[in-house]
Amino acid sequence: MPLSETGDLLRVEGLTVRFGAVPAIEDVSFALRPGETLAIVGESSSGKSVTALALMRLLDPRACSVSGRALLRGPDGRETDLLALPERAMADLRGRALGMIFQEPMTSLNPVHTVGRQISESLIRHERLSPRAAAARAVDLLAEVGIPEPARRASAFPHQLSGGMRQRATIAIALACRPRILIADEPTTALDVTIQAQILDLLHRLQQETGMAVVFITHNLGVVAEIADRVVVMYAGQVVEDAPVAALLEHPAMPYTAGLMRSVPRLDAALHTGRRLLAIPGNVPDPRQRPAGCTFHPRCGHARPDPCLRARPALEWAAPDHRVRCARWQEIAA
Amino acid sequence: MSGTVADIPAASFPPARSTRAATRFLRHRLAVAGVVVVVLLIAACAIGPMLSPYGPLTIDLRRRFQAPLAGPHWLGSDQLGRDLLVRLLMAGRISLTVGFVAMGISTAVGVLVGLLAGFYRGWIGTALMRLVDAVLCFPSIFLLLTLAALVSPSLATITLIIALTAWMEVARVVQGQVIALRERDFAVAAEAIGASDGYIMLRELLPNIMAPIIVAATLNVARAILAESYISYLGYGIQPPTASWGNMLNNAQEYLESAPWLALLPGAVITLAVTSFNFIGDGLRDALDPRGDRSA
Repeated sequence: MPLSETGDLLRVEGLTVRFGAVPAIEDVSFALRPGETLAIVGESSSGKSVTALALMRLLDPRACSVSGRALLRGPDGRETDLLALPERAMADLRGRALGMIFQEPMTSLNPVHTVGRQISESLIRHERLSPRAAAARAVDLLAEVGIPEPARRASAFPHQLSGGMRQRATIAIALACRPRILIADEPTTALDVTIQAQILDLLHRLQQETGMAVVFITHNLGVVAEIADRVVVMYAGQVVEDAPVAALLEHPAMPYTAGLMRSVPRLDAALHTGRRLLAIPGNVPDPRQRPAGCTFHPRCGHARPDPCLRARPALEWAAPDHRVRCARWQEIAA
Repeated sequence: MSGTVADIPAASFPPARSTRAATRFLRHRLAVAGVVVVVLLIAACAIGPMLSPYGPLTIDLRRRFQAPLAGPHWLGSDQLGRDLLVRLLMAGRISLTVGFVAMGISTAVGVLVGLLAGFYRGWIGTALMRLVDAVLCFPSIFLLLTLAALVSPSLATITLIIALTAWMEVARVVQGQVIALRERDFAVAAEAIGASDGYIMLRELLPNIMAPIIVAATLNVARAILAESYISYLGYGIQPPTASWGNMLNNAQEYLESAPWLALLPGAVITLAVTSFNFIGDGLRDALDPRGDRSA
C-alpha cells in the first residue's frame, strides 16, 4: 500500500542485515507516522543500533549485506527507497531529511573543531549558507537546545563542555537542517539521570516545535514510558512486539516484553510490596547460533516443546494495532 | 620530573593542550638547541654570503689552501683559493632547499597515499599499501643512485628523486591513524550529516593526525639533507661549480692529508644540520604525544 494512503512517513519492510553468513537483524519491519515518536527497545546486541545504522546507510557495504526496503515519503508525497538510493542522493538526505544522534557525545564530536564549526558543517553543505551565516545560525541553534551563553560556547572545543552540553551540541548538529526524521541511538545512556531527563524534555519540546518524527533507540523502558507513542521491541535481531505504548505497557503480549518490564526497578512497587526485581535469566543468544524455533524459548517461562521449539513463530496481529511474535500469546493472555 | 602535576599527560588537562605541548618541547633541551642551530644556519646561509667580500666562485690562485684562521679567509680556502666559508653558506642554501622541498613533496605524497589507503580500505587501499611495501623493499640508497644515474642532475630532479624515496613512512603513519580514526564516532557522525568522503578525510580526520605527520616531516628534512649529501658526494648530485655540502666533500677527498679542513668543515655542517633536525623531531614527538616515553 502506498505511504500516502497509510499516512506513514517511513515504512521499513523486511530489513535484513547480514555480516557474512551471520544475520544481525532479520526481516525487521515497522512504520513511522509524521510527528510520532517510535521507540525501539531491546537488550544489548538485539539489533537496535544495526537497524538505525542500516536506515542511515552508515554500515560498511564491504562488511555486510543489507536487503529489504525503507520507504520514505518526501515533502512532495513521492516515495523513495532509502536502501536503493545511489550513494550521492543518500548523502544528500543525511543531515537534511534524516538527522542522527549518537550514544556517546564525547566521541561523536570531532576533538579538533569548535562546536560552532561542527554545527555549521551541515548548514553549509545542505542549505548552501555562507560560513558567516552558518556560524550565526549555529549560535541560534545552541540557544535553541538550551545552552547558556551560546555565542561563547560556539567557539568552545568539545572537551571544554560537560557531557550534557556536548549531547545538546550533538542534538543541535542533528537538527541544524530541520530533519523530518531524527534517529536517536541511545542518546541518554551515557548521561546521568538528571541530565537524561533534561535531554528528554529538550527532545520532546523540539519535536513539538518542529513536527519531526523521532526513532528513539533505548534499552530503558522508563524512558520509553515517558516519550514514546509507539514501541517496537526487538530480540535477537527480530521484531518481537510492536504496539502503541499504552497497550504495550499495560498488556504486553510477548513474554519477553513482560520480562523486560518486570526487570525495571519501580520505586512504588518496591515500597508497597517489597517485591524483588526479576531479571530475565540468561543472555541474548549469539547471532551465529540462534536457537531453533522461537529464539526466546531458552529464556522463556512459558516455553513448551510443542509450538515453541518446532518453528520460528511469525509476527501475528494480536489487535488491529498490535503485532506480536509468539506462538502461545493467546494461551498466555487467557 | 616525574610525579609532578606538570607531568600528567596533556589529555587530562585538555584546555591547555597546545601550551602544554610547547612547555614539554621547551623542556627538551636538545630539541631547543636544534631549533637554535637550524635558525642560525638558515639565517647565515641566507644573509652571510651577501656580507662577505668574497664570491663563492671567486678564484684567487695566490691564496690556495689557506688554513682556517691563518689568513684573510676565516675558514680557509680550497685548491682554487675560493673562500670556504662563503662556499659552505652557498652550499647550505642548496642543501637546505633540497631538504625542505623534498620534505614538502614527500609529506604531501605520503599524506595523500596514506589518507586514500586508510579511508578506502578495499582494493584501493591494498594496492596503495603494496606499492608502499614495494618501494620500501629497495634499499633507498640504491634506488637514489639508480634514479640519479638515469636523469640529468639538477636541483629540481635531485629534490624530486629524494622526495620519491622518502614518502613511504609518512604514508604508513597516516594510513594506520586513518584506519583507527575512521571507526570513531565523529567520522561516522560526519557521514551522518551528509559530509563527502573528501571532506571527512581532509577536514575531520587529517587535523587529528597532524602530530605524527609533523614529526615524520621533521625527520624527513634530516634524511633528505643526508640523501643529497650521499648523491652529491658520489658525483651524481648537484654538479660543480655549484656547491652543495655533499659535493664539497667529494672535492675534498684528494686533499684529505694536505688540507683536511676541506673535508672536516662540510662534514661538520652536515652533521650539525642533520642531528639538529633529528633532535627537533624527537622533541616534537615527545611534546605532541603525551603517551610517549619522555625519559630520554
